[in-house]
Amino acid sequence: MGQNKAPEEDYQTIMSITRTEIEHVARLARLTLSDDEQELFAAQMSAILNYAESLNELDTDDILPTAHAVPVENAFRPDAAHASIGIDKALHNAPDRVETFFRVPPVIE
Amino acid sequence: MELHTLTIHQLHQQLKARKVSSLEATKTLLTRIEATDRRINAFITVAADHALAAAEAADQRIANGDCQPLTGIPLALKDIFLTEGLRTTCASRMLENFIAPYDATVWARLKRQDAVLLGKLNQDEFAMGSSNENSAFGPTRNPWDTERIPGGSSGGSAAAVAAQQAIATLGTDTGGSIRQPASHCGCVGLKPTYGRVSRYGVIAYASSLDQVGPVTRDVTDAALLLQAIAGHDPKDSTSVDQPVPDYCASLKNDVKGLRIGLPKEYFIDGLDPDVQASMDNAIAHLKSQGAEFVEVTLPHTSYAVACYYLIATAEASSNLARYEGVRFGHRAKDRQGLIEMMMQSRAEGFGAEVKRRIMLGTYALSSGYYDAYYLKAQKVRTLIQHDFSEAFKKVDLLLTPVAPTPAFRIGEKTADPMQMYLSDIFTIPVNLAGICGISLPARPSSNGLPIGLQLIGRAFGEETILRAAYSFEQTTDWHRQKAAL
Repeated sequence: MGQNKAPEEDYQTIMSITRTEIEHVARLARLTLSDDEQELFAAQMSAILNYAESLNELDTDDILPTAHAVPVENAFRPDAAHASIGIDKALHNAPDRVETFFRVPPVIE
Repeated sequence: MELHTLTIHQLHQQLKARKVSSLEATKTLLTRIEATDRRINAFITVAADHALAAAEAADQRIANGDCQPLTGIPLALKDIFLTEGLRTTCASRMLENFIAPYDATVWARLKRQDAVLLGKLNQDEFAMGSSNENSAFGPTRNPWDTERIPGGSSGGSAAAVAAQQAIATLGTDTGGSIRQPASHCGCVGLKPTYGRVSRYGVIAYASSLDQVGPVTRDVTDAALLLQAIAGHDPKDSTSVDQPVPDYCASLKNDVKGLRIGLPKEYFIDGLDPDVQASMDNAIAHLKSQGAEFVEVTLPHTSYAVACYYLIATAEASSNLARYEGVRFGHRAKDRQGLIEMMMQSRAEGFGAEVKRRIMLGTYALSSGYYDAYYLKAQKVRTLIQHDFSEAFKKVDLLLTPVAPTPAFRIGEKTADPMQMYLSDIFTIPVNLAGICGISLPARPSSNGLPIGLQLIGRAFGEETILRAAYSFEQTTDWHRQKAAL
């Protein structure tokens, strides 16, 4: 809306994400993707990132980034011990557990 | 009047006068859910036994002469809020069997008044969506037209109020997820200022944007619920330690002297004619009540959607890293090795939109792209915030549409993420700026679909938008119209 480009323009793929890049990002995100998903996401992410190219119309060299809309400072509290939720509750939702531990597949063969 | 159609304040009067019991009201709503939810699918979990026990406790409290504003009121929560001992899914297969180990602060506060929890509401998975079609538990349908979406991501929260399945609900709003469904379902939806309400125990999506708020039948109820949940929480370091005003005291039928800005970037050619007509009608109403209208400009509006989808997905990719199949959530079976197990668990547990946003966010944060995308978006966010602070030098609040169109049809936008994202164009800037906004029913479309009016206030300016919203509501009866189910 407003000053936005018409959607048609956004689909003229100026840059496109390659399958290799998708595989790399999926690995970083710890996501197994099917071939179909890789193909679909490559196309959709390219379209979204091309749309996001519009941000480069703006000169932001002298602009500070906003990480948080409301100014916040470190929230300190007294360094005192509090009761926690306890081992049983903490482990209750674990897919696999043994005694008081989370059990995972072998990390080192 | 039938109990399930009442507002919080109406039911409170009846409970206090002992004309009805919370148990009667709760049973009425449970019956209503039973009768209607096969068509609407607003609930993921109905907690009937839990609700009946809570209603009895509330009746006991009222019998002892203590009836707080929310005591005994049957409410429902978006399934993003942790509720101790009850399943909390965030509408994801990932958390299909997750039992919350503690209460979200907002629910703990409502519980302190002995409010009654009817159940947990459908939503877009991990709050990612604008239509409630991204739920692992099936789409929620709009009670005004069940072929249409209720909006999202708090679609269940709005649909349940419109279908008279709960007196009021809570939702969350990261880019419009309270206001847009409220608009599509003919409810009042309030997104408070960032930091006004604690997010402790609320499943995180995009932490610099997420905020909790009410979905209700009228503005008075929104004020009552906000009153109950607002305020500093030591368990949420981003909640702001500022005194909470008496929101009900701001409900005055008086807009004389209020200066209301109309951002020209929100009123453009191509806006749905019904939405335009509805806004014109609302402006005329408020003018006749003595408000003064001024055109203002928010020059960076057209960059907000791009800015949002880079920031929100980046934060989401980080927040959702916690779902690794070890401590909680879905774990893939028979997988060799830790990393493969994690990758497969996430592949099986997350739906398509969640995967898409994790991928986009991971990309935007990855080496070589951080400055070009994430940092750039944070700088544009500064410009968008600045637009609003300039506008608020001239006016007390802003009036805009909530969404560019009334509720669209189920399936209409699912194939095209970009079109879906653009449906949040008028709500996203408010989250980026961290300010507050309320959606309330304005004149419906020519074919009878609800249309919402958005009033935007400065940071911690909830009293001003509540006052204007309340005044508008006094001159109309659109909030009293009910979906025929």
